[in-house]
Amino acid sequence: MSLIATLARLEAVSTGRAQPAATVRHRRLSERPLVFVPLTTAGEAGAPLGALVGTDRDAPHLLVVPQPRDRDLRFAFLSELADIVLPYIDTYADDVEAAERNETDPETGKRVKVEVELCADAPQLIVPSRAGIDFVRLLGRSMRFRRTAEQDPEAPYPAPPRVPLLGRWLTHFGERARVPGSSLLLAMTDVLSRHWATGQSTLEDQHLGALLAWIAPPEGETGAEAALRAELARDREGQLLCPPAGPATDPAFDNKLLAPAIERYDRARTALAAAEDGLEADDRLGDLTAAEREIRALVESRTRPTWDAVWRGLELLRELPEAGRVEERWTRDRWSFTGHRDRVVAGEPPQPRRDDAVTAANKLAAREREQARLEAQEALDDPLVMAGRRLAGEAFAGEVTEVVMAYSEGKRPSPRPLVTVRTDDRPHLGERAKVFRSLGGKPQAAEFVGYEGELEDGGALVVLRALDKMGRGKEPEEGSVPEKGDLICFTTFEHEQRGGAKLPDPEQTPWTHGGPPGEQESETADPLTAEDVL
Amino acid sequence: MPLPRTRGTALRHRLAELRGPDVPAKALDARALAALAANPGCKRRAILDGAGVNKAALAGALGSPSVFGQSQFAFTRGNAFEAKVKADGGAELLRLVHEKLDRTAEPPAHAHVPELTATGPEGRTARTALALREATEASGEWTLLDHPMLALDVAGSPAFLEPDAVVVHPDSSWTVVEIKSFPMLDGSADPAKVGAAARQSAVYVLALEQIAARLGSGPEGGATPAPRVRHRVLLVCPKDFSNLPTASAVDVRKQRAVTARQLARLTRIEDIADTLPAGTCFSPDLPTADLTAAVESVPATYAPECLSACELAFHCRARSRASGAVTSLGRSVRAELGGLTTVEDVLSAARGETGDPDDPAVAALRRAARLRAEALGTEAVAPCH
Amino acid sequence: MTSAFDPGAAATRATDAILRDTLHGTARGVVVDSPPGAGKSTLVVRAALELADAGRPLMVVAQTNAQVDDLVLRLAEKNPELPVGRLHSSDADPYDKALDDLPNVRKSAKAGDLTGLSVVISTAAKWAHVKVDEPWRHAIVDEAYQMRSDSLLAVAGLFERALFVGDPGQLDPFAIVGSEQWAGLSYDPSASAVTTLLAHNPELPQHRLPVSWRLPASAAPLVSDAFYPYTPFRSGTGHDDRRLAFAVPSDGSGPDRVIDEAAEAGWGLLELPARHTPRTDPEAVRAVATVVRRLLDRGGAATSERSPDPAPLTADRIAVGTAHRDQAAAVRAALAELGVTDVTVDTANRLQGREYDVTVVLHPLSGRPDATAFHLETGRLCVLASRHRHACIVVCRAGVSELLDDYPSTEPVQLGTLVKFPDGWEANHAVLARLAEHRVAWRPS
Repeated sequence: MSLIATLARLEAVSTGRAQPAATVRHRRLSERPLVFVPLTTAGEAGAPLGALVGTDRDAPHLLVVPQPRDRDLRFAFLSELADIVLPYIDTYADDVEAAERNETDPETGKRVKVEVELCADAPQLIVPSRAGIDFVRLLGRSMRFRRTAEQDPEAPYPAPPRVPLLGRWLTHFGERARVPGSSLLLAMTDVLSRHWATGQSTLEDQHLGALLAWIAPPEGETGAEAALRAELARDREGQLLCPPAGPATDPAFDNKLLAPAIERYDRARTALAAAEDGLEADDRLGDLTAAEREIRALVESRTRPTWDAVWRGLELLRELPEAGRVEERWTRDRWSFTGHRDRVVAGEPPQPRRDDAVTAANKLAAREREQARLEAQEALDDPLVMAGRRLAGEAFAGEVTEVVMAYSEGKRPSPRPLVTVRTDDRPHLGERAKVFRSLGGKPQAAEFVGYEGELEDGGALVVLRALDKMGRGKEPEEGSVPEKGDLICFTTFEHEQRGGAKLPDPEQTPWTHGGPPGEQESETADPLTAEDVL
Repeated sequence: MPLPRTRGTALRHRLAELRGPDVPAKALDARALAALAANPGCKRRAILDGAGVNKAALAGALGSPSVFGQSQFAFTRGNAFEAKVKADGGAELLRLVHEKLDRTAEPPAHAHVPELTATGPEGRTARTALALREATEASGEWTLLDHPMLALDVAGSPAFLEPDAVVVHPDSSWTVVEIKSFPMLDGSADPAKVGAAARQSAVYVLALEQIAARLGSGPEGGATPAPRVRHRVLLVCPKDFSNLPTASAVDVRKQRAVTARQLARLTRIEDIADTLPAGTCFSPDLPTADLTAAVESVPATYAPECLSACELAFHCRARSRASGAVTSLGRSVRAELGGLTTVEDVLSAARGETGDPDDPAVAALRRAARLRAEALGTEAVAPCH
Repeated sequence: MTSAFDPGAAATRATDAILRDTLHGTARGVVVDSPPGAGKSTLVVRAALELADAGRPLMVVAQTNAQVDDLVLRLAEKNPELPVGRLHSSDADPYDKALDDLPNVRKSAKAGDLTGLSVVISTAAKWAHVKVDEPWRHAIVDEAYQMRSDSLLAVAGLFERALFVGDPGQLDPFAIVGSEQWAGLSYDPSASAVTTLLAHNPELPQHRLPVSWRLPASAAPLVSDAFYPYTPFRSGTGHDDRRLAFAVPSDGSGPDRVIDEAAEAGWGLLELPARHTPRTDPEAVRAVATVVRRLLDRGGAATSERSPDPAPLTADRIAVGTAHRDQAAAVRAALAELGVTDVTVDTANRLQGREYDVTVVLHPLSGRPDATAFHLETGRLCVLASRHRHACIVVCRAGVSELLDDYPSTEPVQLGTLVKFPDGWEANHAVLARLAEHRVAWRPS
């Protein structure tokens, strides 16, 4: 943790309220995000118990699996979920704008510009916590290899029609969420703790209720008090007042409330099946409906507080102005979304269970690039983030005290002015180190020449030679060279990321990495057994 | 590392006093022993565990009850899965051991599954030791020990441990089998859970090594070498979304070394016990104030990780926060604070009210505070963007 | 008892076997593990010259520009006639200016300009951008353990077969983002190139260089036991082959006493009183600087198998190693205050592959309130403890042993991954135990 972040946390402890960790919002928030608050069944791999889902804060859809071990009921849940999520995604898939993309011409091997569609906006999924993101991935994995009756009439337990497609989309969202700075799928706890420092540990920040308690404590209470209540307070029946944000439930809820309710449901179902005439069946159907209603009420009672908390979090985040470079990163999310839309439309198979060597390497490279981009952009967008970089010696800010015109040698001399900056920061500047400042949104490079004496107050005079962005002529373009008195900030890190090397195509995987993966067999569905959970 | 007898007896007596009159020692299981490595610097945990104090009961009596619980759904599913894995005389389980750990051996067509029931943990331990010896001598065969009982010497007292299964290979080597109900999805599993399982298995490996050493040096078996306890254990989990078993070999050498060290260090509980005021007692029947004082008489090193590893964590957290310890925000927070350990000390140093400006921690804090204030708009901001 | 062991013969046998497999073997790859100072560069240069002699076009992949330039210089030194290509980036100052003085070294940012040369050398990053119609017959991949798997993936298509050389005990490559999703896959892109190579080609011949010519007899056993438990090596020199002496006698201060201890024993621990400090602990930094100053002031002279006549211990034969950059910066500043400018001060990462007569190390755990995985990383300590030919002096606050004991070990475990040995905890304890035998406690005034 950087010292600035530590200080913010300690100030939060001492003031009883979370302190800003950012001055602007570094993630895109859609105008119409889809909030998803799932619950899962303890001990089962990805057997959902229920969820609240929707785009309307006041009218969430409640989906419930009254007996999570029943395959048909789970399929019904997933089918309902698909009926909510897929239409939401579709609204973004259809609205496109024209864009250009660089592609390699298969005939000439040259890079050419191709006119393509780019979705004008992209959908956004919000889950309460990081565990929610894992659950989205798990659901995606559990669904995308399923076969519908239409795809495979022989399938022993055919999935409802749109379920495999939902699996592919959730997989895409889950995978995109691994890309630093992306906003297609966000965990509320992550976004909130990116923007506020609480008076508790990062581990405790994973609790959405406690985190919100620090950021916006109720009137007359400190964050610590409110957080403690959110974590531990229980009602007379021993149930948590602020249920966990899921997908895992509190064992006390499982054991005291849910298990008996599921048992009643099972009994009612058995009784209904055993009914001997219509009248009896009607009666027993009533019992079953009541039992199901009870479970629905239980699931709603555990998810609704979290649902409200997620929307409260969104509200708080919207109060922060969006950072300048968020739009650019969101455009990358739109490309990602459009790309997957195109793959689905083109009839490509679902994402494989494991990446091949080339795909894995490409993903890692892309994510490292995005991480560097995110770190640079957040610093450039946010003086508080830049303050951390300055403290770490990776940037320095100060006033221009002198500018001396100088020129490069050679036939066509170019401007290479010497700029002296007076700073109190202590940047790590090696010999001829390159530094960058943002000039009209573009990085201008300069070279560290040396220090000019030492100042009594501990400050330093840094002499730099500007290297580029001054135009083609001998004299620099207007405004391209800092002037005396300017307040200016240079970074030792680059502002833009270079593209990495092009890796071979998967079919060209070298012998060091196992050679070509061979003809990709289409991934088969998971084998099914009678007691399978999903 | 067993203590000399007399010293051990005195220590046992002392620890019984700490538990309180008539309070039985809470048996340490493998999970508890594995957890010793979670916060080895904590003297409070060391003495409470070493003395066999029931920390959950203690936490309740202190007014900060522990929050650990298990859902009955998970419990039921775990039991059902284990039963499935061991069905048919462990045929599937042995198949997995053969496939994942010992492919060159004869495949296990049929296996011995000795009866291990006996009275009391000591009886079961003796029965297990006997079964292990017989299986080891009958080389060339596969033997499955279902829920054997192993004794491990912990600071002079035996802890009784019950692994899910131990398999004796045809080459007379032994393998620990751990059955868990979390899934292996496409060949990978939750690393935190696998780590916990590996630490737990490592405790069984240590216990088996003690038995093996005795077999190798026993009066009858003086000439035979001690059987080899394999350092790769078999972790069995449900495959993907099914309840079909799948398995993976897990190398527990590291965890074994860590746990062995921590067990050896447990002997220092005597030193900790010596520092306690006479009459210190952790019996949950005592008045809260007395109990709080008793607990406070042993220093704790609370860190947020304790919340998921120790029953007493909420109590210690409250104390840590009340005393203003910066580590209540995480161990790493201290890294750059040098000798400053409390929230107030750090903030006042940052504000320039206290602290030596030549101390680099203090100087860095002041720079951090100045930069932070500047960025938040209390001072002029350079246009970085 | 070393009479039975002839280090020169053992090393020659190993080298011969490596060259035989490289030049005449059938395997596509040959892997060589080289412990610190075992003559890896010599091997690479020799293999390159022999491959060139055999008329096989050779590409050499190194990891940093400094390593590339160093190899070019060594090649030219051994065979000034050999046409060598130095492929470089298009950044400013892409290569060492010393290369401009070598008539048979051609430098270019375009691989096309270098075709036909016997040997072409560049970094993995630059090679990744090169496209060829016809792959090179042979490649040498240097520092292969510090190369990431994905980086090898990008260049492996450029050659038919390769010699992979590296030191498994130094710092592992790392990724700046999580890569757990690929853990356990044979081609995990964040793993080391050698890990992936051997996972897919377990039958490749594997060799190791058995003798460290750098580490003195006092250091090789400890470094071998602590960091290479399964691939031991020995020192090429005996206890009497090297001597470090000082003209100016000790003034009785802590720094002088630890210098004498290290001159005698090969190791010295200057232990400051226990205290929690920030990384740039001013007392420890000053202590490091003082030790260096005294090393220079006391007229040190090193005698070794290389120079039977005592060679003066000059600033360029001394290095200071730290764990963090800011510590290195603080030591440099402290040295400058004492008027010392030419001593190399750097982090473990940057000292990899370097060699000095005496090293002064600020222990990575000195003064820390907590140990972290970073500080326990085996490779970091291994690099810091294996750069010296004569003596290594460690400056550290007391209490590190307790800090290690209190380190929580609850690491997650990924299925299918190889457990890395040795464990940093064990290695740290082993080194500390040895250092404790050469401890000089000192309370700076």
